[in-house]
Amino acid sequence: MPIANVSRRGLSLGALGAVLGFALAAGPALAQKKYDEGATDTEIKIGQTMPYSGNASAYGKIGQTEVAVFKMINDQGGINGRKINFISLDDGYSPPKTVEMTRKLVEEDKVLFMFNQLGTPPNSAIHKYMNAKKVPQLFVATGASKWGNPKEFPWTMGWQPDYATEGAIYAKHILSTVKDAKIAVLMQNDDYGKDYYNGFKAGLGKDNEKLIVQFSTYEVTDPTVDSQMIQLKNSGANVFFNITTPKFAAQAIKKAAEIGWKPTHYLNNVSASFGAVFVPAGVEQSQGIITALYQKDVTDTQWEKSPDFVAWKEFMAKYMPNADLKDQNHAYGYEVASTLMQVLKQCGDDLTRENIMKQAASLKDYETPMLLPGIKINTSATNFYPIQSVRLARVKGNTVELFGEIMSSNN
Amino acid sequence: MEQLLQQIASGLASGAIYACVALALVMIFTATEHLNFAQGEMAMFSTYLCWQLLQWGLGFWTALAIAAGLSFIIGVLIERIILRPLQGASALSVVVVFIGLLAIFHSMAGAIWSHTIKTFPSPFPEVAFAGSGIIGAHQIGMVAVTILMLSALFAFFRFTTLGLAMRAAAQNPTSARLVGVNVDWMLALGWGLAAAIGAVAGAMVAPVVYLEPNMMSSILLYGFAGALVGGISSPGGAVFGGFLVGVLENLVAYFGNLTEKMFGVYIIGNGEKLSVALIIVITILTLKPAGLFGHVITKRV
Repeated sequence: MPIANVSRRGLSLGALGAVLGFALAAGPALAQKKYDEGATDTEIKIGQTMPYSGNASAYGKIGQTEVAVFKMINDQGGINGRKINFISLDDGYSPPKTVEMTRKLVEEDKVLFMFNQLGTPPNSAIHKYMNAKKVPQLFVATGASKWGNPKEFPWTMGWQPDYATEGAIYAKHILSTVKDAKIAVLMQNDDYGKDYYNGFKAGLGKDNEKLIVQFSTYEVTDPTVDSQMIQLKNSGANVFFNITTPKFAAQAIKKAAEIGWKPTHYLNNVSASFGAVFVPAGVEQSQGIITALYQKDVTDTQWEKSPDFVAWKEFMAKYMPNADLKDQNHAYGYEVASTLMQVLKQCGDDLTRENIMKQAASLKDYETPMLLPGIKINTSATNFYPIQSVRLARVKGNTVELFGEIMSSNN
Repeated sequence: MEQLLQQIASGLASGAIYACVALALVMIFTATEHLNFAQGEMAMFSTYLCWQLLQWGLGFWTALAIAAGLSFIIGVLIERIILRPLQGASALSVVVVFIGLLAIFHSMAGAIWSHTIKTFPSPFPEVAFAGSGIIGAHQIGMVAVTILMLSALFAFFRFTTLGLAMRAAAQNPTSARLVGVNVDWMLALGWGLAAAIGAVAGAMVAPVVYLEPNMMSSILLYGFAGALVGGISSPGGAVFGGFLVGVLENLVAYFGNLTEKMFGVYIIGNGEKLSVALIIVITILTLKPAGLFGHVITKRV
């Protein structure tokens, strides 16, 4: 054996060197430096897929905003001295493409984790893969209720309030405030719509389900919802729960006014926007609409002076000078990216995938900029729903008026 | 009963939308024998042009006239620059070009004007009149504009030399060439006209469905159905087909809902209205392949 020829002295010197080297590497300042693939002393590599093309391309703005936020962070010196290397690829909102791009990012580019990928169908397509690979699928950009299931899917976490919770909150509010409620529901006929509707029915409870006197659906491919609105009006309902995406929400509000139907109108958060819904539908027709909010509407003038809003505007002016400031997606991307920065800060020098999930699940009363006053992010090993509370608000004049307590599914 | 009237009126209104698009499809088909898949996106783009002109302070009809003129030029240019080199290429290559155009117009509109929905003003006054609870002023105006456009086209093809030349060029290019018709330019003219019709259709549709890059993508499907059911070679048939599809889908939903209310069983409803309307279309086409008003084109080989 070659080793037998080495002199005793040489061997011990070598051993000493090895011990010294080990001791140096394990010095107190650097003791916790632990990395998984995608993290080094100088860089954190993060992956994402976004619909930059295709039917859902309006949401591509979220990815663009996040790219800009990370650029700003890097300009300011990065996170704990490491630069963010953010690779955001186009999946065209097509699940097979999401799978292909995600595999490329995880297996070829070797990203540390995937962040804020958009859409329920794309995320569903990689849900099992990410958990089998044990790569974090962090803060997915969808409100489906299935993302907060740490027992079965410990590597996946949502971010925004889930649709079912929100639906239940409206149901409770109707039960406690509207006498002799007769409820009409308009629902987009897909998983998103059903999630809301099931939550809503659960909130009403078995006995009160009969309060729903008319339930009409529409397909995303329908040009208008006029026909459905006529059905809903003729049911004689006095409460309207409107589960629609922005274009259809604006159509529904406008049509209700046209045919002279004035129910108590609950509109899902997905479409609670002045720029995308109330202004196009007509602010006058939108008065009194009730919705649940968790973030500040960028087109609502009441926030113009709050410090986080001012900071967001400065960021937009510097890093996205040509962007449409009425687009809420720019605020959303900013909020989620800020939450991620908090998680990475908490990670310190332990940039393993396990620690990323651990820190994401240890957010305590964290206030992301641009959320409504009083809405805080809380997570734990068993709670993978970062934002769980909303505030009810009513459209009043050119702004929304918040009312009532902060509501969450538990109360 | 009141609801039934409202549903029919609302069906006629959306039917007018489909009819406008169907008309533009028929236009290109008569001139070139191609079905233009990019028709909807071109119309959407023209509507954005019109919207931009309105933003710059022009009056509605002036803006629409200029937008239609610009669209006409764009249509002619597309034919001259993009489709001309494909003359004689297989139908498949042409389809690929159409799909390419669709994607290009879609992304261009999104990049230039963003994806947030925009309001588009209606040129018709907001007036209350007898029956205004059943159908709105814009809806009536839309139906009127569709019929006006159809009559104008009919007159153009029937009574003008240019119209005659266009028909000749499409139906028998060789003979048309022999009597001195410039067949190449007639094709380009057909494209220009279709694009201009698309601009008008877009401006009529946008106040109802709001202006956004996806505005026409779903409407195009209904427009196809309308054009096919009425007869792809007959402008009048296409308009009728458009109205028919619009009313049919609403009635399907109405009677489906009624059955559910009365008997408590769900058979068909809003979710199936397009499917049922399309099944009816297929049935008509099986029985009468050229459409209700189309004439069978026989070719001598």
